[in-house]
Amino acid sequence: MIRLSGIEKSFSGNLVLKGVSLAVQEGAVTALIGPSGSGKSTLLRCANLLETPDAGTVEIGDVRLEFSGKRRPSQSDVLRLRRRTGMIFQNFQLFPHQRVVENVMEALVTVQKWPKAKARERAMALLDQVGMSEKAEAWPATLSGGQQQRVAIARALAPSPALILCDEPTSALDPELAEEVVDVLRTLAKDGATMLMATHDLRLARSLASHVAFLEAGEIVEEGAPDAIFGAPTEPRTIRFVRSLGA
Amino acid sequence: MSKEAVLPDWLQLMLTSFWPLLRAGLVFTVPLAILSFVLGLGVGLLTAVVRLFAPKPLAAVAGFYVWIIRGTPLLVQLFVIFYGLPSAGILIDAFPAALIGFTLNVGAYSSEVIRAALTSISRGQWEAAYSIGMTTRQALRRTILPQATRVAVPPLGNTFISLVKDTSLAAAITVPELFQQAQRIVAVTYEPLILYIEAALIYLIFSSILTTLQARLEVRFGRHGGFMERAR
Repeated sequence: MIRLSGIEKSFSGNLVLKGVSLAVQEGAVTALIGPSGSGKSTLLRCANLLETPDAGTVEIGDVRLEFSGKRRPSQSDVLRLRRRTGMIFQNFQLFPHQRVVENVMEALVTVQKWPKAKARERAMALLDQVGMSEKAEAWPATLSGGQQQRVAIARALAPSPALILCDEPTSALDPELAEEVVDVLRTLAKDGATMLMATHDLRLARSLASHVAFLEAGEIVEEGAPDAIFGAPTEPRTIRFVRSLGA
Repeated sequence: MSKEAVLPDWLQLMLTSFWPLLRAGLVFTVPLAILSFVLGLGVGLLTAVVRLFAPKPLAAVAGFYVWIIRGTPLLVQLFVIFYGLPSAGILIDAFPAALIGFTLNVGAYSSEVIRAALTSISRGQWEAAYSIGMTTRQALRRTILPQATRVAVPPLGNTFISLVKDTSLAAAITVPELFQQAQRIVAVTYEPLILYIEAALIYLIFSSILTTLQARLEVRFGRHGGFMERAR
């Protein structure tokens, strides 16, 4: 069960999420769409506690954390939840001081205390999966954006997370490089990965997602199958947004 | 005519005093500089981390320490430790007194460099480390510090070279290092110009060697070819 319920979050008095609830179907891709500042990114970051919700419940598999006002979650709870999620960032955020393969090994070696040889073996298999095994010994700075993002995907997959969070995974890439990243994500989705993805990229949402939620001003306005949301939205705000995308 | 006879007196003096000066440098100046730099870096790292991550009262104590050390002359600090503390019943030999003084000094200055280097690493790197399940300590050790080190090496190299020269202040608290050795020879020979220039030359040799080492260290830490932001 992967579910966010009643998530509230404000930044210095500005309410960014107004009690958002969202169930993420396992083995499928859920896309969050909406204008800039609608709270998509914040919602995503509440799922792995890069932001601590002011209120609500985050439930991922056997970890269920409730949030209320002042009480901060314990460090061990935060870690338990984070170790069930992986995150892919808009601007990749590879570790520049480590080679490609070391980036992918990092969670296994440092967090899960795997022996290096075993971690390297898994890292190489993952790099192969994203088509980056030839660049295993390269420094991140020498890679194109698309290549960096594919390595970042392998890094996020390394600890076998139950949920993969993608924060605008193609927005920093030009269309050609975005395509190679979309291909990798599509393969992942076919293989049954569970993903929650915030994106502006209509093509990405349409081709990968089985469920789309439209977020505006901190609320889910409408959600449903991609064909329904993009083809026949019912809410006026959704209609306006979808039209603005030129869909 | 023998060859020695044509050597001018000043050169003769320089040659005979070269080894005593160099030896004082190797026995006192260099160990004092290296020891207090290494210990000072430890103090500096601790101070920087405390100021950035510790609870406010503790961070304030660290800030107070940096304020005192940076706001008062090093020579005065050395005098307080060596000549002042005995009045409070604390007697410290000249070399350890100098070591304490220089360590505290390096600690304060390097803490500012390290703090700046740590804060220069983007928030996204912390988040990437957290996102793969690291604790704050793991993120600091594995992700942030190695990158901050690269940023901090050039300014810390400057701190070290300044330190090597500042060790001459230890002469004032009776440490028989390079400069004090020069003063002693001057007291016998009455040749201040020649001896002090020679001492200056030896300091110049030391700091030139260190500058070369620093450049190599920068290459070593820069081997990953720059940060992603720069490459894009």
